[in-house]
Amino acid sequence: MSFELETAANPTSLRRVVIEPVSRVEGHGKVSILLDSDDHVQQVRLHIVEFRGFERFIQGRPYWEIPVMVQRLCGICPVSHHLAAAKALDQVVGAKRLTPTAEKVRRLMHYGQILQSHALHFFHLSSPDLLFGFDSDVAKRNIVGVAAEYPDIAKQGVLLRKFGQEVIRVTAGKRVHGTGAIPGGVNRAVTRAERDELVKDAYQMVAWSRAAVQLAKRLHLANVGLYNSFGAFRSNLMSLVAADGAMDLYHGVLRARDESGDIIFDGVDYSRYWEVLTEEVKPWSYMKFPFIRSLGSEQGWYKVGPLARVQNCDQIPTPLADAERRDFVDFGGGQPIHATLAYHWARMIEMLFAAESIKDLLHDDDILGDDLVVTGEREERGVGVIEAPRGTLIHHYRVNEDDQVIRANLIVSTTHNNQAMNESIRHVAKRYLDGRKLTEGLLNHIEVAIRAFDPCLSCATHALGKMPLQIELIDAEGTCIDTLVKDSHERCSC
Amino acid sequence: MQLLSTAHDAGVAPVLVIGIGNPSRGDDAIGPLAIERLEAIGLPGVDLLTDFQLQVEHALDLVGRSEVIFVDATVAGEGPFSFEPVAPAADRSATTHALPPAGVLHVYGECTDAPLPAAFVLAIRGYDFELGAPLTDAAARNLEAALEILVARLAGRAVRRGLEVVPKPPGSASSR
Repeated sequence: MSFELETAANPTSLRRVVIEPVSRVEGHGKVSILLDSDDHVQQVRLHIVEFRGFERFIQGRPYWEIPVMVQRLCGICPVSHHLAAAKALDQVVGAKRLTPTAEKVRRLMHYGQILQSHALHFFHLSSPDLLFGFDSDVAKRNIVGVAAEYPDIAKQGVLLRKFGQEVIRVTAGKRVHGTGAIPGGVNRAVTRAERDELVKDAYQMVAWSRAAVQLAKRLHLANVGLYNSFGAFRSNLMSLVAADGAMDLYHGVLRARDESGDIIFDGVDYSRYWEVLTEEVKPWSYMKFPFIRSLGSEQGWYKVGPLARVQNCDQIPTPLADAERRDFVDFGGGQPIHATLAYHWARMIEMLFAAESIKDLLHDDDILGDDLVVTGEREERGVGVIEAPRGTLIHHYRVNEDDQVIRANLIVSTTHNNQAMNESIRHVAKRYLDGRKLTEGLLNHIEVAIRAFDPCLSCATHALGKMPLQIELIDAEGTCIDTLVKDSHERCSC
Repeated sequence: MQLLSTAHDAGVAPVLVIGIGNPSRGDDAIGPLAIERLEAIGLPGVDLLTDFQLQVEHALDLVGRSEVIFVDATVAGEGPFSFEPVAPAADRSATTHALPPAGVLHVYGECTDAPLPAAFVLAIRGYDFELGAPLTDAAARNLEAALEILVARLAGRAVRRGLEVVPKPPGSASSR
């Protein structure tokens, strides 16, 4: 691992390419590329504006408001914040172990979130890139054949997402920003009628998820050279795993592996995460750079999310997903897979795991129970960690004797992946930037790499007109010599 | 598949108004506030929906409608608002964060053979979108101006359909 291309030796004499949205209000990413006079890439940086007002927004509020309040931080993964906050506050109210009903209803909610998020990502964000190709004609020919076998992609994506959201509505109580998880448990169970309604569609969701894994796998295998190399880099991997090493996206212990798959740490109690993880500030980025404390910042950065989780666990506790995990691991031939585009394949394995888990939980009568909340001896501090769709999410609170939150620290998935995304962008820019003119092709290749991680950009506001991206090419004298603006309909103007 | 058939059979109102925005981010609250106001009026034949952002599943909310109006804050234009028709267009954003109204209409076309509802965007000028900020005075004035024409349009449509417009007492309505 290295930080090649992070900082150029003499950046003031280089040409600069900047890709950025027009406004910072919604939180955004920006890619800046510096070129020398021979058009060689000398520096590449992905800047993500992490909205640090989160903690201020939370501080001073009574702790029982927090699981609902934090959902207003992020419009795309509110359930993850809801559950991470509730888990942290379980510790504050002394709930050492939730009732079976509370834990299983929360798990059902979480797997609903994983299903709908992964479905949206694959079917609607990434599949156009993957199915219609973003590189050579050869790749397109292979891919068109695969795409022809999956004509109902868009509809399945919508219905998988809708099903996941129905699961969330039933368990959280509302379609948008529900209240289901509370400190110490949940405030509602699932009714028999709700369960029966969801069961009707659950098997179809498993079948579609299984087909989606096959599609992702076939796309990867149809163009192995490109998929294995595009934006690829080696790194450590980190995630939660269950105490027995199985995949568990709701609860567990922290495990990290090195780039060869050897264990760095395992079985770490996440309530003391700072003993194994710490963060570095870099002057050019708003977002911090976490790393494994024992390895230092240069060797200790890691990736999180589906690609890490599928390879970090020892098995997946649902049969269909575990069979797919074994296929995936076998494809690596005894070494971890570090291909950025393999995120998609791993993501679909997780979606299948989520669909199977939802089906199993719907057949568990514990979700119908009425023992919803436990409390115990009050604590001052609480840490909640969950594997959100994009990766590990940490919520850490300190609550005073007046029940007010006096300190909050959130480490979101995109922060964990900060260095990893930078590495991927650098590989892509070095390979595809010709340096002479800004092109939509270059922008799309960079976006393909970004999409694989699906970073969360503090995106809780989406006022019309706040989504376009802008690229500027600036020469060594600071003069803008080329500009490309792209809006969300892929219209470009110069 | 139950979900799609449920959407068809639910006896939905012919008109849907979707208010988009985060109530905790300053003028981004314009969309949800518009829905609150429409709830209080209680227009017949109109369903109301609010969400933080649009996504693919909102295409299913359009099934069975003759008209849909998206109400959102905008940072473009002088204000106070614009009311324009919108047509389907594929969205290629870099993340899964949100779809524009045109993207939702495009997904609708991918999912169903049913005719597309007439679709409009009521874009109301906002100015400050910081987390925890209140609605600005200027945005509040823009919202009032926009609601005036929106309510007139919806009420006129209801009257043409022979429905009586009677304001509901506060707290008696709820959005989905």
